[in-house]
Amino acid sequence: MTYENRLFAALADPTRRAIFERVAGQRQSVAELARVMPVSQPAISQHLKVLKEAQLVRDERSGARRIYSIDPEGLGPLRAWLDRFWTEQLAAFKAAVETADDS
Amino acid sequence: MHTIEPAPIRKSVTVRASAEKAFEIFVNGMGSWWIKDHSLTESGQKTVVVEAVAGGRWYEIGNAGEERDWGRVIACDRPNRILFAWQLNADFDFDPALHTEVEVLFEAKSENETTVVLEHRELANYGAKAQDVRGMLDSGWGGLLASYVAQAA
Repeated sequence: MTYENRLFAALADPTRRAIFERVAGQRQSVAELARVMPVSQPAISQHLKVLKEAQLVRDERSGARRIYSIDPEGLGPLRAWLDRFWTEQLAAFKAAVETADDS
Repeated sequence: MHTIEPAPIRKSVTVRASAEKAFEIFVNGMGSWWIKDHSLTESGQKTVVVEAVAGGRWYEIGNAGEERDWGRVIACDRPNRILFAWQLNADFDFDPALHTEVEVLFEAKSENETTVVLEHRELANYGAKAQDVRGMLDSGWGGLLASYVAQAA
């Protein structure tokens, strides 16, 4: 799966999107998420695993707990969109330069 | 509140051209290579104008003559570097309160080969402007969804 499709799949699920938005608003643990989400803790862990694989969240150990926060290398759809945007633009630029007359 | 510092977007491309020529086409010929779909105009993009001096305008002109600002030129050092203020939000609308930066470096590898390095940074300002992640997520999501649908079609 391409990065983009992984991202798409990760956010296609409404529960997963809700978890992502909570983590984006404030870093928190699985237990903290379980208190406010209408799903079980194992289900939340599974959702977080998918979000992590899509580079939307990252986790760090804090004693016995794992704390989840937005992955600053990820930043999700906006970053993916910009990334693709500039890739396309630079490819178009390269094509224009290399076909330009050497006048 | 835990703030996030998103990493800049970094891209590079090597072109068969002198730095001078690469710079000239990138900056003064932007309208010749810019993908016309990436436009704010109602009548379709005719060209893109970069005033290559500090404080210069960066805008596009539509086929009906309307002008749409994209941002500003912050600094310009021909043919090595140009730094833009990119003020288009995640909905691709001009927002004078939004400040992100696009820096483009032209590194001559030889007389006719140049590596162009582009960095789009200060991306955290998208989040700060949005006040909440939902707006950012939804707008980014819309574009992603559209492209996914296009790919899958």
